[in-house]
Formats: sequence, C-alpha cells, structure tokens
Amino acid sequence: MRILSLAGRRLAASIPTLFLILIGVFLLLQLAPGDTVDALMAQMGGGDAATAQELRKFYGLDLSVPAQLGNYLWHLVRLDLGFSSIYGKPVATVILERLPPTILLMTASLSFAFFFGLLFGVIAARGVNRWPDTLISTLGLIFYATPSFWFGLMAIVVFSVYLQWLPPGGFEDIGNVQTGIWRVLDIASHLVLPTLTLGLIFLAIYLRIMRASMLEVLNLDFVRTARAKGLDETRVVTRHVLRNALLPMVTLIGLQAGTMLGGSVVVESVFSLPGLGRLAYESVVQRDLNTLLGIVFVSALLVISVNFVVDLLYARLDPRIAAEG
Amino acid sequence: MDAVKRYFRSPAAVIGLILLLLIIAMAVSAGFLYPRDPLALAGRPLVWPFSNPRFLLGTDNSGRDIAAQIFYGARISLLIGGVATVIAILIGILVGAFAGYYGGWVDNVLMRITEAFQTLPNFVLLLVLVAVFGSTLTTVTIAVGVVSWPAPARLTRAEFLSLRNREFVQAGKTLGMRDVQLILGEILPNALPPVIVYASVVMAVAILLESALAFLRLSDPNVASWGNLIGLGRDVLRVQWYVSAIPGIAILVTVLAVSLVGQGLNDALNPRLKSR
Repeated sequence: MRILSLAGRRLAASIPTLFLILIGVFLLLQLAPGDTVDALMAQMGGGDAATAQELRKFYGLDLSVPAQLGNYLWHLVRLDLGFSSIYGKPVATVILERLPPTILLMTASLSFAFFFGLLFGVIAARGVNRWPDTLISTLGLIFYATPSFWFGLMAIVVFSVYLQWLPPGGFEDIGNVQTGIWRVLDIASHLVLPTLTLGLIFLAIYLRIMRASMLEVLNLDFVRTARAKGLDETRVVTRHVLRNALLPMVTLIGLQAGTMLGGSVVVESVFSLPGLGRLAYESVVQRDLNTLLGIVFVSALLVISVNFVVDLLYARLDPRIAAEG
Repeated sequence: MDAVKRYFRSPAAVIGLILLLLIIAMAVSAGFLYPRDPLALAGRPLVWPFSNPRFLLGTDNSGRDIAAQIFYGARISLLIGGVATVIAILIGILVGAFAGYYGGWVDNVLMRITEAFQTLPNFVLLLVLVAVFGSTLTTVTIAVGVVSWPAPARLTRAEFLSLRNREFVQAGKTLGMRDVQLILGEILPNALPPVIVYASVVMAVAILLESALAFLRLSDPNVASWGNLIGLGRDVLRVQWYVSAIPGIAILVTVLAVSLVGQGLNDALNPRLKSR
C-alpha cells in the first residue's frame, strides 16, 4: 500500500510536467509555417480564400492563440485529441491504431536488451579483466557506436536479401493474412530484426551498467559474509549479488524509455512498421500538426507510465525504499 | 601532467585518440584531396568500390564519388556534433548552475522544465523542431543542441549542490563577492571537469541523432553528410549495399573514437574510479 501511494505521488507530480510539455509544444507549433487548413487545401488541390476562411472557422483556427490553447486543453481533458485532416479520422483513433506495433516492438527490445545485458554483464564481471570481459566490453563499445538505422539496413541485406531467412519489413504478411497461432508466428518473424536493431544500443548500455554494478556489489561486506557462510559462488551471485546489482538497471529502464520511443521512429521507418514512430515521421513530412501534437502527448504519457511501473518494481526489489517512505 | 600520463597508459584511450585525429585529418584534407564539389556528378553511377582507381570507394546512385562524400561528411559530422555539444553544454551549465546555486523555487521551476524535456522523447522533440524551423544546417545543429541539454544540466546542478556550501564559497561570500562572481569564478571551475568529460557522451549522441535525421531525409539535403548518403543508398540496398555500408562504418568509427576518448579522459581525471 505504502509503495503504491509513494509511486502514486510521483505520478501526480508528473501531471504538471505533462501540461508543461503540451503547452510548450503547442506554442512551438504555432510558429510552424502553414497550418492544418493549408495542408488540407493542398490535399484538395487548392481552393479560394473564402473556403480557407470557412475551414479555419470550422477548426477554430480563427481564434487567438490562448483561446486555441484553452480549447485544445479542454478537449484533451475529455480525451479528444482533435481531428487529423490528412487521415480523415480523429487523431485519437489514428494513434490507437498505430500503438500496438510500437508497444510490441518496445517490449520485445527492452526484454532482449535487459536479459542479454544482464547475462553479459554478469559474465564480464565474473571474469573481470580476462578475455571474456575484454571481448564483451569491446562488443559493448562497438554496439554503442553503431547507428541503429544502419545496423537495420545491413541486417536486411544479410538476413533478408542473401540468406532469405527473415522478411525485410512490414508488420505481417499482407498478401496472406494468417489466423491464430500462425499469425502470431508471422508477426514474430517480422519483429525479429526490428527488435535486434532497436535493442542493440540498449544492450550495450545495460551490459556496461550491469558489469559496473556487479563489480561494486561484489566488493560489499555482505557478500564476504555470504562467502564465509560457505555458500557456493553461484548461490552468492544469484541470491545475494544479483538482486542488489539489478537496482541501477531498473532505474535505467525508466530513464531510457523516452530514448527507446525516439529510436523506434527510426527503426519503424527502416522496417516500414505501421507504428507510432512511423506516424510521427509521416506527420512531420505531411505537416499534420494535430497528429504530431497528439503523438507528443501520447509518448509523454507512455514515458510517464513506464516510470510509474519502474517505481513499483524498484520498491519491490528494494524494500528499504518503501520503509523509508 | 599525471593525468596525461595516465591517459596514454590506456590502450583503448590511445586508439580512440588516433581514430579521432584521423577523422579530423579527413575533415581538414577534404578540400585538397577532393577540390571538386562532392555532390557534383563524377562518373558512371553505382561503380563498385575498388573496381575503378578513380573512385576508390565507388560511386552512388547518381554517379557521385563516395570517397569524396565520406571526406566532406567528416566535416559535417564533426561540425554538427561539435557545435551542438557546445550549445547543449552551455545551456546545461547555465540551467544547472542557477538551479544548484539558488535552490528553492528557482531550482523547482528549472528542474520541472528539465523534467519536461526528459519526459518527451528527444528524437520526437527533434522532429517537432525540424517541422517548425525547417532543416538547414544551422537549424538542425541548434535543434540537436537544444534536445541534448537536460543531462549536462542535471550533472552541473549536482556538482553545484555539493560545492555551494564549501568553505571557499563561504569565504567568497564573506568577502562580499556577487553571486555571478561566485558562480562563474569560484564554483564553476571546480564543477567543470565531470561536465567536460560528459561532453563526449553528448557529442556521440549528437552525431548519431543528426545522422538518423539525415537518413530520414529531414536534415539539410544540400550538404554531403554520412546520414544523407545512407538514406540514398537505401534505394539500391538489395544489390549495391555498399552505398549505405561505407558511410555507416564512418559514423560507427567516429562515435567509437569520441566515446573512447571520453572514457579515457574520465579514467585519467578520476584515477580512483579506474580500479572498477
């Protein structure tokens, strides 16, 4: 209960942050050349000034900027993100359609990076300054420096063009939509390369943090006590060191949630996945500012929710936090 | 001097420095080695690397010399990475110093703003900035700098918090020094080393951000940049994959060099932490 109220308080504290972001980006977008009506008129193939005037009135764009902002926030409270003139649908609908691939991709990449980062970090820390450590640390440095979109392209060349093991892009086989378990497998095979591509840099970060964290915890007194008790090394590591060494890793998930969402913009474009990131890119190119603002709102919301979950997890892993209140 | 000696004792740091110097040499020599416009047509399109001595690294989809674009791209990457880092570090120091020195409501307001920047994915903010201000070399550089300042700000604030009540600051106060003098002349020089080391991380990320933007064709299309070339090569990826592969290696090596130098500096300046 105590944990929940603690995390809840942090959640409440992030509401002003959310408003700050929305107001800031809203005002920023006012500076953009051209508005929704311009984009709409361009799509209709032009029109006269009177039509534009009428459309601006219809979308409330003839009001003053503060009034528009007030309108937007008031609609937002009722979960109405406005209307996307490009897609001809409410922004909320457009975003909801695009959310599942992104969430799936992020969850998969995070699990991949977290699991292998943990594993490699532990292996490197156990053999510190010997060859496994050197190899893993070097690989970590190289992965960190690899541009994700380039890695994605090269993976397509190797695994899709030459070996033909995996599909080069898309979310599922559109020509031949499967059902049930086959559909799941089909989507999974489409997500293997994007997951590796997005997860690579996080794998590098996690393994470095895990290695440092393991080395730090391994030197603490309670580890010596555990060894003195006669526990074998595996037990010392799994039961005593790991849980404590995991804390910085969990903190990192919260800190990196935004970066990961940003990374998915690029990765979804490389693999033409119909996700939120690709939507962000498309709305910039098509000047669909309403949708762009909606994406800003939803991605901030996603980052805040991830941090909420991380707070809960953190408190579970480290009971001292809940006790200190 | 000790720090310099410690730096050169680490092989990784030395390799990083050599790579970085090589890339700087490429950027400097681009003008002598390839006096022609790197974006001008040079020969037949899609010549494979090492098949024609005139184009050592081959040509791209429209017959432009890839080697020339790699050399000129080094200039763009270092320029954007360097200037964006300076912008990010300056904003970060300013915000962090004020927040850490004054505390109270100043700290509260500034940290809320920092938090807002950290909650919004920085690539999404970058897209918004490019959508609003367009994608010329100047706007992209400033935009990359503007999305990268929160981490240096937090670092500077932490340093200021730990330094502001030290005796030398108290002494300065008793002498009647003004706040600006205390912040800039007394505390900042002591808070600076970790921030400067962190600049290497900011620069590595800045180079990656710009190249991703260029790959999506949202950066300046009128300069020879590595990201632009990868984006172009995507159209012929299935057969002529080298058009994308070569500039990617250039980005990888540059980011690696910057990170290695940063890590080497960190270990050289904080010798106690090195044993970890």
